[in-house]
Amino acid sequence: MSALLYLVPIALTLGLIGLGAFLWSMKNGQYDDLDGAAHRILLDDDDEEEEEEGN
Amino acid sequence: MEAETVPNSKANCCSEEIACKHCGEPTRSTDFCCTGCEAAHSAAHAAEAVTSFASSAHRQENGDYRLELAVEGIHCAACIRLIENAVADNDDVTHVRVNMTTERVSYSWQGAVERGDRIAAQVRKLGYKLYALQDASGEAGSEQEKILIKAIAVAGFAAGNLMLISVGLWTTTSETMGFATRDFFHWIAALIALPTVVYSGRPFFNSALSVLREGHTNMDVPISLAVILASVMSVSEVMRSGEHVYFDSAVMLLFFLLIGRYLDARAKGKARESASTLLSKLAGTAAVLEDGHLTRVPIKKIKGGMTVVVAAGESIPADGTIIKGESDVDLSLISGETMPLHTYVGSEVFAGTLNLTAPLEIMVTKASENSLLSEIVRMMEVAEQGAAKYVRLADRAASLYTPVVHVLGALTFVGWWSVGAEWQVALLHAVTVLIITCPCALGLAVPVVQVLASGKLLKEGVLLKSGDALERLSMIDTVVFDKTGTLTVGKPVLLPGSYDEADIQLAASLASQSIHPLSKALGAAYEGPLLPLHGQEVPGKGLEAKYNGKRVRVGSRLWCGVQGVSEPTTDALELWLSVDEVPKAHFTFSDQLRSDARRVLDALQSAGVTAHLLSGDRLSVAKKIADEVGILTVKADVTPTEKCAYLKALKNAGHKVLMVGDGLNDAPALAAADASMSPSSAIDITQNTADIVFQGDKLAPVFETLLTARHSTRLVRQNFALAILYNVVAVPLAVLGYVTPMIAAAAMSGSSLVVILNAFRLRRKRGNI
Repeated sequence: MSALLYLVPIALTLGLIGLGAFLWSMKNGQYDDLDGAAHRILLDDDDEEEEEEGN
Repeated sequence: MEAETVPNSKANCCSEEIACKHCGEPTRSTDFCCTGCEAAHSAAHAAEAVTSFASSAHRQENGDYRLELAVEGIHCAACIRLIENAVADNDDVTHVRVNMTTERVSYSWQGAVERGDRIAAQVRKLGYKLYALQDASGEAGSEQEKILIKAIAVAGFAAGNLMLISVGLWTTTSETMGFATRDFFHWIAALIALPTVVYSGRPFFNSALSVLREGHTNMDVPISLAVILASVMSVSEVMRSGEHVYFDSAVMLLFFLLIGRYLDARAKGKARESASTLLSKLAGTAAVLEDGHLTRVPIKKIKGGMTVVVAAGESIPADGTIIKGESDVDLSLISGETMPLHTYVGSEVFAGTLNLTAPLEIMVTKASENSLLSEIVRMMEVAEQGAAKYVRLADRAASLYTPVVHVLGALTFVGWWSVGAEWQVALLHAVTVLIITCPCALGLAVPVVQVLASGKLLKEGVLLKSGDALERLSMIDTVVFDKTGTLTVGKPVLLPGSYDEADIQLAASLASQSIHPLSKALGAAYEGPLLPLHGQEVPGKGLEAKYNGKRVRVGSRLWCGVQGVSEPTTDALELWLSVDEVPKAHFTFSDQLRSDARRVLDALQSAGVTAHLLSGDRLSVAKKIADEVGILTVKADVTPTEKCAYLKALKNAGHKVLMVGDGLNDAPALAAADASMSPSSAIDITQNTADIVFQGDKLAPVFETLLTARHSTRLVRQNFALAILYNVVAVPLAVLGYVTPMIAAAAMSGSSLVVILNAFRLRRKRGNI
């Protein structure tokens, strides 16, 4: 049973990492424009980097 | 509500209490007391926005200005690129981004605020329409969605981990795993669950608190109570090394209910978004002639006595009398008449009608807020207030459910206590009753069905504008159709007749230069190459041009030199073509029925719905259409007021009525009906009033939406029945104290899954027509 003493914290930490990643991606606006990304990939524009700035 | 009292917006936005932003009336939970106020407010707002988008720009920390605008017409990658490149080409633009999902563009720039308008103008030049975003109400909605998503994420994480622990607890006994291990598990569970309950439970706690303060109760009250009691009781169990903890149930309850809550918020947000998109297109400016020069003035600010100049193709902003010019005016929005009215100096014209052929100068007799248009809007508001009292199925269920559950809980406690159990044990059983009866399935029943139904309808081009529209639609037994633009396409179509190719080429070449409905129909009927003609429009008569040295005319019978009867003998709409005053060809037109009108009407009939036809047109015309589609009850020659009264009479006779209409004259009737639909070709204010807007030139969406509405309401009822059935089985067990945490958790997720799966049946069934 002593295995639990580190297995449970490991399980919780992994879960927390997943939760953190999700909350981060949401805050970062990854889900704001769900259709645009699929179309944007078709553009090969050199100015793209410049436009992305400040987002 | 008085339209005059447009308060300045600054005074309103900062007040703590919720007051209608337009008229200042106290209102509950929304920014406006009624849709009329909302429309008027946004109209004033939009009118300002036309002159300057930049006024709504925000100053950012680094000194740049940032502006977000709604864009209409983004379809593909090329659109994104066009807009972004056009904006980014300005040296002072620091950031630009097009969001395709929300159809918005946001950009920031350095320097003066006014630059923002110049940039917006560049986007407009590309052919995209820009609209200023409405107030923050939409943002508040998405903010709420974000809070819910975060709460779901946290609750999901906690529910998963708690399950991990709970399965360990359930599959073994404390004797085999040892008391220390069990307590360790319990403490870990408490550690995960308590912060989660505090964080993810807030949406429910807040809502429960606010209704309790008002002295009401809703579904959130038993939810909050169950979650809090379960947590508190479990904590006390953990502290005294008890056997049963209900952390998993409490968290899972939150998880499932949050999903339901989120779906609900999404559906509402979608409805609000489509409504606000429609709203932002309302109103605009008018050209006012003052001291010899023109200025553009917001329509709201037009006063009696002003002189307004209306170009051909513009709509007339206010009621008035023509003082200069001669033209044809399309009254169809007000009266439903297909044919334009010939107007000249001295004629009276009404706000909202369309000036077709030549510029007019109009002396305004009434300010726009007193115009016929506003009169109709006011009637609409009155009708809407009557209709706003509908109570949703779920809320009705909750109002029955809550007291029953609480009484059951209390009885369980009293019962166990009176048979001599310890008060902790009695409380434990009472709380289990609360947990097990918690309306998980009820909370999911409506939102899941609603989201699936509106998603399905959206794919068919039907837009739901209010959340309870489907519920109300499912109850209707009578449908009232408007004629022009609803049963018919609303545009005249050229009928086959005795004319040759050369005639129609000549006539169409001339006609394509006009926006008169018959000319447009003639132009559309001919697909070949057009002749280069320079036509002149003669208001009330037709078009004239020189071609090969001859005078070619397309227009009315007399003007084209037709002798004999001066007026057409039939109801047919007609145009003549003449060369040097000699009639050459005769074109007749008629407004076509929507291609599937007959079939839809038959299908409605077999679905047990009676159809009525209500038209502002002449009886003979209305009757003919009614016969063609098989409608028995016809009422013609009705004014907007009579339409509204007709609807009310039907309702008073005990019918549940669906109104389908597209004209401004239908708007009050739409508002008065139990449910309302309008085609997307309808004018904005009508679309705005209707619960449901459908696209395309078929009538089938009306029937299909009705089928979906009935089906989804049936599913909601089934879901309620399932939830109640589950309670009937589970509650006695809980009252008698047989429910362990495992049974509670299994029952809860089981019932939720069943409800969700049942809702998905909506996808399988297809409407057949």
